[in-house]
Amino acid sequence: MIANAYELIVNILTAIGIYEPVYGFFQSFGLEYLLRIIIVVVEIVVLLVFVLLSVMFLSWLERKMFGWVQSRYGPMVTGPHGLFQPIADGIKLVGKEDIIPASADRWIFTLAPFIIFVPALLVFVPLPFGDTLILSDLRMGLIYIIAISALSPVSILLAGWASNNKYSLMGAMRAVAQDISYTIPLALAAIAVVLYVGSLSTVDIVRAQEGTWFGIIPRWFIFMQPLAFILFLIASIAEMGRIPFDFQESEQELVAGFFTEYSGMKFAMYFLGEYAHLFAVSGVVVTIFLGGWTGPVLSPIPVQITSLVYFIIKTYAVILFAMWLRDTVPRVRIDQLLNLGWKIMIPLALLNLLVTSFLLTARVI
Amino acid sequence: MVSNELLDNYLPVALLTVIGIAFVAIALFMSRMIRPSNKTKVKLSTYECAEIPVGDARIHFNIQYYMIVIVFLIFDVEVLFLYPWAVQFKNLGPIGFIEMVVFIEILIIGLAYAWRKEALEWTQ
Repeated sequence: MIANAYELIVNILTAIGIYEPVYGFFQSFGLEYLLRIIIVVVEIVVLLVFVLLSVMFLSWLERKMFGWVQSRYGPMVTGPHGLFQPIADGIKLVGKEDIIPASADRWIFTLAPFIIFVPALLVFVPLPFGDTLILSDLRMGLIYIIAISALSPVSILLAGWASNNKYSLMGAMRAVAQDISYTIPLALAAIAVVLYVGSLSTVDIVRAQEGTWFGIIPRWFIFMQPLAFILFLIASIAEMGRIPFDFQESEQELVAGFFTEYSGMKFAMYFLGEYAHLFAVSGVVVTIFLGGWTGPVLSPIPVQITSLVYFIIKTYAVILFAMWLRDTVPRVRIDQLLNLGWKIMIPLALLNLLVTSFLLTARVI
Repeated sequence: MVSNELLDNYLPVALLTVIGIAFVAIALFMSRMIRPSNKTKVKLSTYECAEIPVGDARIHFNIQYYMIVIVFLIFDVEVLFLYPWAVQFKNLGPIGFIEMVVFIEILIIGLAYAWRKEALEWTQ
């Protein structure tokens, strides 16, 4: 039984007969563990490249979709249909002057981009991209994901405070209030799924969704827990800080919110972190509610490839939904946002939890 | 020979943290090599819609933020308590269900109390 990508790589290397001699070579120096570290580093580099390419594609897609919704073309000049626009943007941002305001706190101002980008990457560790295509199947994967996502308000608050700019600080405070308000319905909605699975491991959650009812309807948790799915999706979009919940930026009133003062490469890190987070959160929604990598098995093709394709398709469906929302829905007010979180979503999530656990206890489901 | 399941499982987390930090550091450093640096007094001043900034930005914030954080702290800890219960739910049987109903009832009463005390109201 192959548990994660590391073991998959070791199995493939063993099959071609490379692993044993290399392992023997490292063993002769007493450094077996170094080989493991090297393999994991290779996995991480692959992940990083994948994330960066996804971010570039997503930023293009977002602008393109925004264009289509508004009956314009969007980026068209660089490359076919503006596909190389993100590369041009990246080159431009590398060459931009990096301005730290004289009244800002220089250290914290520089620290904040690290704290936004690294957690956005860390969420990918227990995210199963496909059967066995997972960096590490953590036993408390779900709590890990929620905990790591909860780090983003820290970075936002640091950025807002360090900038010493009124817009930044206001945006940062709103962002923190919003993030912490929606962490609770997010966590409560996910518990309802854990009740069925009895495990926090993301792989176990996906495995519990294999198979179908009546041979047609897939056994995804979206059908067993529709309310939890809706709550989780709304809370995820709020956590990402996207329209209709984008108080942290709300460009019409706060310029750019907490990154008003950021420019050049530090701004690029926020940009990268934001889209990496969008991909990660959509992946989490897919893993928990939409069956993760599960799908019809096409036997001649290795299951790793088909499952990866299924996962990517589902994730992009969720991402496109989030983008569609951004293009069509206006921003709500902050009191409406907090009322929705505390007075509607949390009671509903608690109720859903009670009903689900009651039905499970009564063995109705 | 280091052989520890926990270490093996969390090795990617540790390495990804290091590589992530290195990635940001290298990106910032590379840009430092390339970019121009032409600082002027006006450029370094805080942005305030092209006005000269008035006062300090580190103001007293609305008390409601504080209230939200207090209520959040309580709920977050309680939600965390629900996770071990959910994992063991099938082994606990009806007793586990009843105990958790009591716990969730207390949560709901706490929420109702905060609601009634207008801790959740944004506009006073």
